[in-house]
Amino acid sequence: MKSELNAVYVVIAREFIKFAREKGRLISTLSRPVIWLFLVGGGMSRVVAPDDMGVPYMQFIFPGIIGMTILFSSIFSSVSILWDKEFGFMKEMLVAPVSRFSIVVGKALSGTLLSTIQALIILLLFPFIGLKLGAAQIFFILCISLVLSFCIAALGILIASFFENFESFNIIINFIVMPMFFLSGAMYPVSLLPPVLRLFTSVNPLTYGIDALKYMVFTEKKILTQDFPLGMDLAVIIAASIIFVISAGYVFERRK
Amino acid sequence: MITVENLTKKFGTVTAVDRVSFTVEEGTIFGFLGPNGAGKTTTISILCTLLSATSGTARIDGHDCTREPSEVRKRIGIVFQDNTLDKELTAYENLLLHAYLYNIPGRERKERIGDALRFVDLYERRNEQVKKFSGGMKRRLEVARSIVHQPRVLFLDEPTLGLDPQSRAHLWEFISTLPEKHKVTVFMTTHYMDEAEICDTIAIIDRGTIIAQGSPQELKRQVGGDSLFLTTTDNRRAAADLKALLDLDAEERGDELVITVSGGESYIPRVVQALTDRVLAVRLRKPTLNDVFLHLTGKAIRPETTSSGEEMRNIVRTYRRKFDNR
Repeated sequence: MKSELNAVYVVIAREFIKFAREKGRLISTLSRPVIWLFLVGGGMSRVVAPDDMGVPYMQFIFPGIIGMTILFSSIFSSVSILWDKEFGFMKEMLVAPVSRFSIVVGKALSGTLLSTIQALIILLLFPFIGLKLGAAQIFFILCISLVLSFCIAALGILIASFFENFESFNIIINFIVMPMFFLSGAMYPVSLLPPVLRLFTSVNPLTYGIDALKYMVFTEKKILTQDFPLGMDLAVIIAASIIFVISAGYVFERRK
Repeated sequence: MITVENLTKKFGTVTAVDRVSFTVEEGTIFGFLGPNGAGKTTTISILCTLLSATSGTARIDGHDCTREPSEVRKRIGIVFQDNTLDKELTAYENLLLHAYLYNIPGRERKERIGDALRFVDLYERRNEQVKKFSGGMKRRLEVARSIVHQPRVLFLDEPTLGLDPQSRAHLWEFISTLPEKHKVTVFMTTHYMDEAEICDTIAIIDRGTIIAQGSPQELKRQVGGDSLFLTTTDNRRAAADLKALLDLDAEERGDELVITVSGGESYIPRVVQALTDRVLAVRLRKPTLNDVFLHLTGKAIRPETTSSGEEMRNIVRTYRRKFDNR
């Protein structure tokens, strides 16, 4: 048991050392949500009228932008498994006397922590877009971010375990990550989508995460912004996390 | 220490390793020789629990590589053909993560890592990022990492591939002292035949099957012995005298007479004496493992054996030619 915990620690420590050492990485991953929030959100605010409850568009997409931060940073963190496969470090871990499952859990947890830190930084921009959040709200948003980050990180590992090299990275971004983002209710309410696309949103774990974030950000205005009950959101995310992490562990354990 | 019986690995219809059997004694250096694509890396991957065998068994220290992978993993250290260090981390950090992965107790970690780094002369540079290291230093660091957890068996898969001759020699210095200094059995693959001379036992593999096994000396004996090249004042007369006086068959090859004998050095004084004053020059050539491979397969080991220096020169030559043509 001790050796398995050590393995989890090794994976997390390695990710954190590397994250701290690559100065540009934090800036580049944070620039995406900032650009979307202020340039897309700010611009669209002029076109899209505030909804019936008086929520301006820039505020409406705020939970979605936090979701985006989590989506991209968790996926990037997990997909670094492809780097490890290509540049060999994965082999060092695979021949060590630790289970594959510990490696997967370590990778998912490091993705979780790194992306929650980034989500927190974006969350702290709330005063600039005219939102008012209390300490309790911030705390619960962070809790949801943790659970959602773990879920997406586990999904990222599961996806990455089907690919062998880093060339597949663009495929993952274009055909999985971008659609996941747009079909999550981040940019527009899910209820406005045609039924076929709504089907996709309902199998997208990010939808439930962003829905829960909306619940916490707009505590008093629940009519247009919220699609599912909070309990359902959390249940779906947690169930999906467990399924993803176990299947990723299984796929990893398999030997040719 | 390692027992392999009828090991077979198929990838679809391709048989990469075909009924391979061998044993490696504890504390020895075992060399697995053969051209690229002969099945060396596949065999190592099975022994290292990265691949499972199609049929046959492989055991390390009594544990089955397919059924008890975690027992096997505790006992082995590996230097892979391609680099598996994390280049963003320092040398020390790479070894520290390794120590955690192998569950080395906290109080021993620092000392063991220090010892391993000193063993390969990298202690002074322990806090530098690996990306600043040269190819030879990275390899040495990998060797250091692979012994931190004191494995019983150490696998080295083409440890000198892509290194310049100087780094190669430097690396072999460390490898040859491993069994004694670190109580470890070494299993290595190479296609540089000259490097295999330090092995206690060698198995030569070609197209997935083992075609010869034995000590380097035994294998060389199969070729038929040493070649003694003589230059004399009159080769024809000398050949006749050699036959008459020493019962040796001498063959004329160009300006030289060639005698094939085992233990060539001991023949030199006798030959010189027999041909009183007529010998102008003597040259002894010992068979190399390359000759063994040539003898067994009828072909020289494939051209990858050109040293990297040679390759570089070829590249330079090609470029020169291109520029000259302009």
